Amino acid sequence: MTMPANSRRPDVGLANLFARVYRRDLTLAVRSAGQWLNTLLFFVIVVSLFPLGIGANLQTLQTIAPGIVWVSALLSMMLSLDSLFEHDFRDGTLEQFVVSGQPLSVIVIAKILAHWTTGGLPLVLLSPLLGLVMQLPEGGYGVLLLSLLIGTLALSFIGGIGAALIVSVVQGGVLLSLLVLPLTVPVLIFGSGAVTSAGMGLDSSMQVSVLTAILALSASLAPLAMAGALRVGVAAGL
Amino acid sequence: MAKAADILLEARKMTIWRGDNLLMDEVDVQLVAGSIVQIQGTNGSGKTTLLRALVGLAEFDEGEVFWCGQPFLKVRDSLYSELLYLGHKPGISPGLTPLENLKALCPELDADCRSKVESVLAELGIADRIDLPSAALSAGQKRRIALARLRLQAARLWVLDEPLTSLDANGYEWVRQQIQAQVERGGAVVFTTHQTLSFGALVVQSIVLGDQA
Repeated sequence: MTMPANSRRPDVGLANLFARVYRRDLTLAVRSAGQWLNTLLFFVIVVSLFPLGIGANLQTLQTIAPGIVWVSALLSMMLSLDSLFEHDFRDGTLEQFVVSGQPLSVIVIAKILAHWTTGGLPLVLLSPLLGLVMQLPEGGYGVLLLSLLIGTLALSFIGGIGAALIVSVVQGGVLLSLLVLPLTVPVLIFGSGAVTSAGMGLDSSMQVSVLTAILALSASLAPLAMAGALRVGVAAGL
Repeated sequence: MAKAADILLEARKMTIWRGDNLLMDEVDVQLVAGSIVQIQGTNGSGKTTLLRALVGLAEFDEGEVFWCGQPFLKVRDSLYSELLYLGHKPGISPGLTPLENLKALCPELDADCRSKVESVLAELGIADRIDLPSAALSAGQKRRIALARLRLQAARLWVLDEPLTSLDANGYEWVRQQIQAQVERGGAVVFTTHQTLSFGALVVQSIVLGDQA
C-alpha cells in the first residue's frame, strides 16, 4: 500500500459527505438514547402537566392548547440543542472537521438534520397525542403536525447558530437561551397561530407560508453562519 | 536558503500574546518539501499554540502564514485538502468504533475500506479492536487509531502535536518510520515531542520556543 504524497485526496462529493456525517451522527444518537429520550420525555411531561394544573375545563384547555404544545416543543428543542456540537468539540472531532478541507456548511447541515431526526421528529410525531390531552379541536391536528414539522426544522437551524457560537464557552447553556430565544419568537407566533386558526375552522395557509419562509431563510443562511462560528470557536477554544 | 518554489508552509514573524503574557515574539517557521521541523520547548512555551496557529486553529496577534506562497486566508481550503493535523485531542468519538471513527475522519475512504483500515490497524497492533466501542480503548490505543490516518490519508503536510503521547516503544518506531516515509516521498512534517526521535541521515530542523531561545 503506497501513497503518493503529492496526489490530491479523491473528491468526496457533497451528497456522499452529507450521507457520511448524517449516518455518523445518527449512529452516535442511537447509541446514547438517553439524550433524545430526555427531550421527548420533557415535551410529554410539560404538556401533560397543564391539564392537571389547570383542571379539565374544556373551554380553557382548548384555547391554550396550541400555545402550550408549541411552547413546550420549542423549549424541548432548545434543551437538546445545547449539546449539538459539544461532544464533537470536546473529543477533537470538530477541529478535524474544520481542517478536513471538506465544506463545513455541508457537514453542519448533516449534523443539524441528524439532530432533528432524533430530537425534533419524535416530538412532531407525538404531538397529536398531546393535542388530544389538551383537548385540541378536531380541525387542528393536521396543521399541528405540519406546523411543527416545518417549525422544529427551522428551530434546529436557528438554534444551531447559537450552539455553534457558544461551542468553546464552558457552561454556555444559559447564553444559548439568551442568544437564540428572541430569534425563535416568530416561529412560535406563526406556529401556534396556525394551529389556533385551524382549530377555529379558519384558513391557516398564511401562517404556514410564513413558517415555510422562515425555514427557507434559516436553512439557507444558518449553515454559513454556523460554519463561520465553528471556525472561530475551535480557534478560540484554546 | 531554500528555493521559493519548494516552500510549502511559511510563517513569518508570528507573535502571540495570551493575556498579558508574550508567548512568542516574531517566530519564523519555514517548511520545505521533504523536510522535518521539530518545535521544542518547555511545557507552556506555546508549542501547541504555534502548531495550531500554523493551520488556522489558533488566533495570533501578528505575523503571516503562507501556503505555497499564497496568504493563508486565500488558500485555506487548498491547504486543508493537503493537510493532516493530529492535535492534542485525538478526534476519536467514544461512542463510535475505530472503523466508524476513521470513516468519519477520512471521508474520502470508500464504503468498503474495511480491509484497508484493518491492515493499518494490524500494523499498529489493534486490529482486533476494529469493532469495539472506542470508549473501551486505552489512551494509547485511541492515539494509535488517530495515527492510523498517517497511512490512510494522502497529505503533503503533516502537523503532529505530540504524536508520541501515551505510545509504547513499538509505537514510537512506527511513527518514526511513517515520518521518514512521508519525508522521502516529498512531504513535509512539523511536530512537537518531548521524546528523542532520530531519523538517521535526515536533518531535523528545530525551533526552540520559550526561555531557552
